[in-house]
Amino acid sequence: MIGADAVVKCLEKEGVTTLFGYPGVAICPFFNSILNTKIESILVRSEQNAAHAASGYARVSGKAGVCVATSGPGATNLITGIATAYADSIPLICITGQVDSNLLGSDVFQEADITGAAESFVKYSYLVKDVSDIPRIMKEAFHIAQTGRKGPVLIDIPIDIQNKTIQNFRYPESVNLRTYKPTVKGHAVQLKKVSKELGRAKKPLICAGGGVILSGAQKELCDFSHKYKIPVVSTMMGISAMSSSDPLYYGMIGNNGRSCANKAMQESDLLIVIGARIADRAVSSPDLVAKDTVLIHIDVDPAEIGKNVGPTIPIVGDIKHIFNDLAKDTVQCNFKIWTDTLDRYRNAEKPRKKPHKGYVDPALFVTTLSNRLNDRAVYVADVGQNQMWSCMYYVAKSGRFLTSGGMGTMGYSIPAAIGAKMADKRLQVVAVCGDGSFQMSMNELATMAENKTDVKVIVFNNGYLGLVREYQHNTYNKKYSMVDLGSYPDLSKIAEAYSMPYLRLSDNKDMEKAIDDLLATKGSAIMECIIDPMDTVK
Amino acid sequence: MKRLYSILVENRSGVLAKVSGLFARRCFNIDSLAVGTTDDPDISCITVVSSGDKGTLEQIEKQLNKKINVIKIKTFAEEESISRELMLVKVRYTAKTRRDIMEICEILDAKIVDMSKNQMMIQICDTPEKSQLLLQMLNGVAITEVARCGTLALPKCGLSD
Repeated sequence: MIGADAVVKCLEKEGVTTLFGYPGVAICPFFNSILNTKIESILVRSEQNAAHAASGYARVSGKAGVCVATSGPGATNLITGIATAYADSIPLICITGQVDSNLLGSDVFQEADITGAAESFVKYSYLVKDVSDIPRIMKEAFHIAQTGRKGPVLIDIPIDIQNKTIQNFRYPESVNLRTYKPTVKGHAVQLKKVSKELGRAKKPLICAGGGVILSGAQKELCDFSHKYKIPVVSTMMGISAMSSSDPLYYGMIGNNGRSCANKAMQESDLLIVIGARIADRAVSSPDLVAKDTVLIHIDVDPAEIGKNVGPTIPIVGDIKHIFNDLAKDTVQCNFKIWTDTLDRYRNAEKPRKKPHKGYVDPALFVTTLSNRLNDRAVYVADVGQNQMWSCMYYVAKSGRFLTSGGMGTMGYSIPAAIGAKMADKRLQVVAVCGDGSFQMSMNELATMAENKTDVKVIVFNNGYLGLVREYQHNTYNKKYSMVDLGSYPDLSKIAEAYSMPYLRLSDNKDMEKAIDDLLATKGSAIMECIIDPMDTVK
Repeated sequence: MKRLYSILVENRSGVLAKVSGLFARRCFNIDSLAVGTTDDPDISCITVVSSGDKGTLEQIEKQLNKKINVIKIKTFAEEESISRELMLVKVRYTAKTRRDIMEICEILDAKIVDMSKNQMMIQICDTPEKSQLLLQMLNGVAITEVARCGTLALPKCGLSD
């Protein structure tokens, strides 16, 4: 058995069934060994998309996604995907080939110091220097990626190590990392304080972040909220943690969030932030929140607590565990006046202004589409105006809403949708992108076509990099620079080139039928929605 | 506000880069840094002196704790610790200045460790303030080279009883 076989064996031991990759000489021993297994290796069209696909896979499967690339440019191409996963705490195992270990540091062909280059975007990284370390490193890597605050782990393996014989392969049962022991259970004294504050509060509010979903605590969140009738808002990453039809859910907060959700944040006297980092995009000035509000911050990562806002009560631990512990206590409280106020705010929200005739209203489209999707469908939103529309108007049922929240990486939706579909082929998966983000990863249409991956791709085409155009419109007095995408490519021909059905929608009145037609298509399809070039987010 | 961090890490290649890279990336100051092994050859101790507001100093500790190779962090204020640094100063002397230099060294508890016909090397091992004072006092003579190590520190004995 050689090193490459050992790596593959370790993947099997971890229950990996699918990986995404792109080969090169330095990773060829690995891709040769993978032939002898049942692991499905999906050949993507660029390494960055391998990482995004692994991210989509991880978010739907709940296990670490695996992506594999070669040394040098293959590895550096992975970085944006790794950084995207890191920003959203998505567990990834990224394996890169490396030049011969004797040549390390001599700038030979396709050598890149990838562990150094990716240092600030990985939870941890390894450069394998001894073949016998492979089982331990693989075991540790999966453990680190999937526990505590999840994240990407990079394993860089020189080609000679992949080819070296390994004696007595044995996959360790457990890891022994004396320096890494993430906190799971919340501190009992702190938890008691939550109940105490709940008993005292008049206007409590839960702000749910992506951590709720990463911990698989959606049900626990709903139960907790329902038990005391505490209203819930979410960050962008927290969308789909609670169903949109839940009367206690008031939508997404933030610059592009719903006004009732933002008002709730401002007026609440007890804010329970769960698995969210309260970043600039969600709360424009974090100081405002903490002024007279009692702030309870629950997160698995102690460094997140107090980073942007100083909490009154910090609780470190796994969110699901913490909810379960909180459920053991019962306090008397009644927040009817508060929820009535919020209901009034919700009902007073003005509908978005209608776009010009002859164009599709993206807000109406997102609502109609998500209403017509299966309950468990996966909706992948890209980045740009399309992301804002998706976040604001997506109707969450019991499915998943995936997007690049922390990093805002354009081109995320198509590869991530492929990964999501690969994780569970029974799920209905749609990728919603703009014409800009579509062109950043439309090469993956080939991956979809080759693998017969049933993903419906929806392109909001306004001929502009809309979100930047809107920013320039407001900031630079309508002076647009570098945002005009023109009218290429012809999407119908792109669809034809990849043998995919193509649908075009330019009028709201045809919307429902068009969406039904799209969703009824067998296999993948592309739908182009013609959006007013001057349409804005709000 | 100044704060000292005594960071116990696994003694492996690349660990110092991970720790110092963290400071750079998150815009934390490094006023000084010193590294060496501890009594356990598998463990190194990185001593960092940093400054910033209360929130920053707390973040430094939390972020360092997230690093997988970091075993333990002890952090303390300057007054809670004994800190030393080593400095070597090479100066050019003349028959006229020689006596003065020797007196300064005597007063500040510095040692002359090497000399030639017209240069001498002074060693001081003391608090950073003392080293600074020595440099100030030698200002009148021609300093040709200075080498200074980072601050080493341990909490005062009474504090760790």
